[in-house]
Amino acid sequence: MMIKDTYPVAAGDMTVAGDVSARIKRQMKRLGIPSDIMRRVSVCTYEAEINLVIHSMGGEIEFEITAEDIIVRSRDVGPGIPDISKAMTEGWSTASNEVRNMGFGAGMGLPNMKRNADEFSIESTVGVGTNIVMTFHI
Amino acid sequence: MNYYHSVRLNKAKCKGCTVCLKRCPTEAIRIRNNHAQIIDAQCIDCGECIKVCGHHAKYAVTDPLEAIHNFKYKIALPAPTLYAQFQGVHKTEPIIAALMSLGFDDVFEVARGAEIVSYAISQALRNEDKPRPLISSACPAIVRLIQVNFPGLIDNIVDFVSPMEAAAKFAKEEFAAKHGVPMEEIGAFFITPCAAKMTSIKAPIGQRRSYVDGAIAIKDIYKQMSAAIKKGFTMPEIDRASTVGIKWAIPGGETDAVGVRSSLCVDGIANVMAVLEQIENERFRDLMYFEGLACVNGCLGGPLTVENSFVAKNRLRSVMNRTAMKTVNKTSVFENACETLRLNVEIEPNNSRQLEGTMRERIEKSEKINQLEASLPGLDCGSCGSPSCRALAWDIVHGEATELNCVFRLKDRISELAAEMVMLGASTRFNTSKEVDQLEHMSGQLSHDERGDDEQDE
Repeated sequence: MMIKDTYPVAAGDMTVAGDVSARIKRQMKRLGIPSDIMRRVSVCTYEAEINLVIHSMGGEIEFEITAEDIIVRSRDVGPGIPDISKAMTEGWSTASNEVRNMGFGAGMGLPNMKRNADEFSIESTVGVGTNIVMTFHI
Repeated sequence: MNYYHSVRLNKAKCKGCTVCLKRCPTEAIRIRNNHAQIIDAQCIDCGECIKVCGHHAKYAVTDPLEAIHNFKYKIALPAPTLYAQFQGVHKTEPIIAALMSLGFDDVFEVARGAEIVSYAISQALRNEDKPRPLISSACPAIVRLIQVNFPGLIDNIVDFVSPMEAAAKFAKEEFAAKHGVPMEEIGAFFITPCAAKMTSIKAPIGQRRSYVDGAIAIKDIYKQMSAAIKKGFTMPEIDRASTVGIKWAIPGGETDAVGVRSSLCVDGIANVMAVLEQIENERFRDLMYFEGLACVNGCLGGPLTVENSFVAKNRLRSVMNRTAMKTVNKTSVFENACETLRLNVEIEPNNSRQLEGTMRERIEKSEKINQLEASLPGLDCGSCGSPSCRALAWDIVHGEATELNCVFRLKDRISELAAEMVMLGASTRFNTSKEVDQLEHMSGQLSHDERGDDEQDE
């Protein structure tokens, strides 16, 4: 038995950023996921969602849960990341000043996701898009 | 499990409308059999429903003034909110004097309790390794909200008692020492702006037992106090609170008193929920202190107050301007505040909105709820008696409602039934008409069973 939900995330609209992570969080609360895991999943989902809104041309977040694991997948169509190791460095960001003024784009997103997930993988093709898979063990 | 709640329903006044249903922050209300029902396990006694019900069907149980006579010695603990309730009164002295005239032997300002608690919090922030942000424990409705909706933030809650509790503790200790009387003979009564405080006295969180012996609603003694203020009484000799403690009644007053560099104060329970959601997502990494207040304008907006909260806010500022003491008088009780005021019972999450069973079973149920929710119209109209389509889906899965509670689903079902009846009507009409005889003749198959025996007899 598992749940697998896919939520589309539109690019550019900061006012809807957070909707997907809120829905996923609600589901986890209902399921009684231990609060430490729930917190980590929420932080990662929110970061992924913000990334899709800020950096991509649109994408989707998939939330999968089994009795053993929670898997969050982020897929987007967009510019891709030319140098992933650089992008994984804290404080490195390509976000515009406009985005930074809104309190985002501090270059903490990807490192934060990696830190909070039990397993983290990222692959990106320049000019095509980025895929991230994060696994959390229940 | 038994739950004590101050917030209750007067069934006779309830029209079964959806106003409170839609405003309850923890979705603790259902409309069943034309009346509201409060789900005890989920209610946080915030009093939102009391404020929004146009029929006054929701009310708060508090103690009558007479309850003070259960004790030989009686102490009043006025919330600073009380100082803002009386038109034309811009000083605290007439109010404190009027309280004495109601039969109290002593008054201990909760604003003083607030000063001691503020001191303890600032000490803890300086000397202890605390989670960030620390979340104020002063508003009991917010503490309960966190237990129900944000269990992940329980560890962030300030682990000291509220100013009301601190005031009761020190009031009784001081009175007992001064007059040489046993503690059990002293009753401390909070003059309360809200229902949640009553609940926190009867069913405390973080403490085994409350130091407070009862709560009297501001609105219940307002008339008597107004009359007493007009008559004028002598001010008793008591240690006074400064503006630092009085300001706790205004949103941001607590934050100012604690004196934290990076802090945020939010009033109104919907606003608080939005920010707690963000805190849970770790959006405010630099935030050190969060003051969340369930009521708009904080305690001044409590459901048991009399004055409009915006007017009250102005008046309290004016009261503060005329209060001579601007800084805290650090008496001996401040010294060990961090030890004496520490909560000693762990705050547990409220799991009433969690699915039961093994993880596998929970996933199964959750998926069923998702599917049901998707099949419902998504208007969240509340006509079914549940606050949203999602809540109805939950209720259906738990056997507390059916899909036909949804008026749109019911309408569809009625349309189907109506169509069936039209068909049935048509077929009976054909049965007696020549056309049907022809039809029957042509098909030669329409069985007599389908027409019914009665008509055959005719």
